[in-house]
Amino acid sequence: MEATSSVPTKRNAFNAWLSKQWMPYRQVSLLGWLLGSLVAVLLETFIGTSLAWALGMSDVPALFGFVVMLKQPELLPSIILYLLLIYFIPIAIVVRLTKSIANKIAGLLFRYPLWITALFHIVLLYAVIDVWAVMNDYRVLLAKLMMIAIITTLSLNVVNGYMGEFSCSHPGFLAVGAYTASIIMVLFFVNDKVMGPALLPPALGPFFFPIVLILGGVVAAFSALIVAIPSFHTRGDYLAIISLAFMFIIKSLIENLQVFGGARGFMGQPNLASLPVVFVWTIIAIWTINNFVRSTLGKAMNAVRDDETAADAMTVNTRNTKMTAFLFAAFWAGIAGGLFAHVMRYVNPGSFGIKKLAEVLAMVYFGGLNSVVGSIVGAIGFNFLSEMLRPLEILKWVIIPVLLILVMIFRPTGLIAFKDFDPEELLRPKNQTEEEV
Amino acid sequence: MPLLQVEHMTHFFGGLRAVHDYNLSIEQGQIRGLIGPNGAGKSTIFNLITGVYRPSEGKVTFRGESIVGLPSHEIAALGMGRTFQNLRLWRHMSVLDHVKMSQYSQIDYGLIGAFFGTKRRNQQEKENTEKALQLLDLVGIRHLADSMVTNLPYGVQRRVEMARALAINPKLLLLDEPTAGMNPDELMDLMQVIRQVHNTFGLSIFLIEHRMKFVMELCERIQTLVFGEVIAEGTPKEIQNNPKVIEAYLGKEVET
Ligand SMILES: Nc1ncnc2c1ncn2[C@@H]1O[C@H](COP(=O)(O)OP(=O)(O)OP(=O)(O)O)[C@@H](O)[C@H]1O
Ligand SMILES: [Mg+2]
Repeated sequence: MEATSSVPTKRNAFNAWLSKQWMPYRQVSLLGWLLGSLVAVLLETFIGTSLAWALGMSDVPALFGFVVMLKQPELLPSIILYLLLIYFIPIAIVVRLTKSIANKIAGLLFRYPLWITALFHIVLLYAVIDVWAVMNDYRVLLAKLMMIAIITTLSLNVVNGYMGEFSCSHPGFLAVGAYTASIIMVLFFVNDKVMGPALLPPALGPFFFPIVLILGGVVAAFSALIVAIPSFHTRGDYLAIISLAFMFIIKSLIENLQVFGGARGFMGQPNLASLPVVFVWTIIAIWTINNFVRSTLGKAMNAVRDDETAADAMTVNTRNTKMTAFLFAAFWAGIAGGLFAHVMRYVNPGSFGIKKLAEVLAMVYFGGLNSVVGSIVGAIGFNFLSEMLRPLEILKWVIIPVLLILVMIFRPTGLIAFKDFDPEELLRPKNQTEEEV
Repeated sequence: MPLLQVEHMTHFFGGLRAVHDYNLSIEQGQIRGLIGPNGAGKSTIFNLITGVYRPSEGKVTFRGESIVGLPSHEIAALGMGRTFQNLRLWRHMSVLDHVKMSQYSQIDYGLIGAFFGTKRRNQQEKENTEKALQLLDLVGIRHLADSMVTNLPYGVQRRVEMARALAINPKLLLLDEPTAGMNPDELMDLMQVIRQVHNTFGLSIFLIEHRMKFVMELCERIQTLVFGEVIAEGTPKEIQNNPKVIEAYLGKEVET
């Protein structure tokens, strides 16, 4: 009896202690956290390598130790020490020192229109990511791929989460976007062995790149009509099967198009998807998708999902709603595909198959249905996990599905599901709210 | 010209004739009732009028326009609001969002507004929120605006459905057994609410009800439906004393 009662007390005491330690940090605004992170990544730039050597590592831990965790577990103590010295302690100190000043600045910014505040934070966020990433090429590549994963996941969440349909066609849309953008860019702006000399001066490439990406998105959205028209013509669950067929058709179509390399793939994309470019596209994707899902037109997706008859009776044009959502999602998947092709500077049909589908679905369902924050967390979390499990090779594809099943059992809608993402709430200074209480 | 006119409407579900030669004419501002035993076809009539099903035969005219074959949402947007016998709420949406959703057809900021959060969109969303809150006030649940519907008691959920139907700006309101599952207190409240919306918006109401007292008190005219056919139509008094009705209900009306 005593033993059972003392355990919860101990745990309660620990929880109380923990929440007391956390207390001061609850008043830290996002601005404060960004400042702290900036200091940490700057610190790493200057002393990271020497510290890593001193701790017996060959280089700075590329991904907070996730990559080497399973490869060289003996380094774990050094990694933890490194993380404490470079990240946790400096961030904790800076965040506490700048708490009131950061809140003041945030409060000052908050008096201006929201977009000014948002822009300020976004620039700061980019600075943190940039300083962190330029330490090595692996980080740059991973940061880009993670951002692209965020766009992909968010766009699939629109269909599978917000609208509650089950679509499998996303790899297909990624492929359409990737190949469209690649072909146009190489044809017009690259002197290519296969595709011939550039039709326009290659120097114009960077200016046309956004337009070409959008074009890739538009073509992907058009290709989505092939799935959407038969699926949404009548009520009923045909989408899963039609979209799956679509994915395979696109893949084998590309495999058989020898002009564009067929199964060997297509390369030579200009080096235009730099970190800032991918970052800006990611921000735009998050912004427009979040805008959409929070508007009444976007919430109509939820109404259609939860009760279509009622939605119809309340003036909601259910077919338009489904079509719009599906095409919008395909558009963003197309953009993500175009970016992906220009980050890798090589695409092949193999990257747009069932494995990609499993990955995207995992990110959506792991992060949380019907939630922008969930998708961001899902995409980043999945990529961390994936990098961590890389040394296990094929076993990775056993562990990830198992984890996914566990999530499905214990949190069927994902980690952060059905949550509204309100940027205003995020950017708000945190002191007043605490004092008011 | 009547607000809603139904002529010779018949409907089959496969071999089952659910509604036979049904006629109805509702004038602006009337409150009308439809009673009948279980399975008589009452809800089917609502579903036929609102476009959930397309009648096998017959004409339906609403505000001078033939609405047979129009999709539900277009009929609704013409000014026909309804509630459902078995509540049909959206389980992951807040009370406020329910009422805002019914203003879907009035939204004119378009997809550009939805994607980029234009001024027009913010302004219209604000206006719609305002209007939704007023309607929630009217049915007495403004304080629950931010609650999720699944957590609310039955009587409150019925009010959400009512406010949601009113947000359409209806000329005609169809209520399918609005008192189902309510206790006597809630019943009196609801009667109050119905009278109030009737007076405030001057709209016509057509309701299906099992509780005789409720129908008799509210409605000007009542139809009695048995096996898909109207066996009696008239004022509450006429209906109450109609031997056919008494027979159909097997003396059930005694319990009123
Ligand atoms: N979608 C459908 N498909 C086949 N039969 C149906 C359908 N909807 C209703 N019916 C049948 O039509 C008949 C009338 O049903 P309806 O729901 O209109 O009755 P009701 O008068 O509303 O009854 P209650 O008082 O129980 O609500 C019933 O026999 C029912 O089983
Ligand atoms: Mg019924």
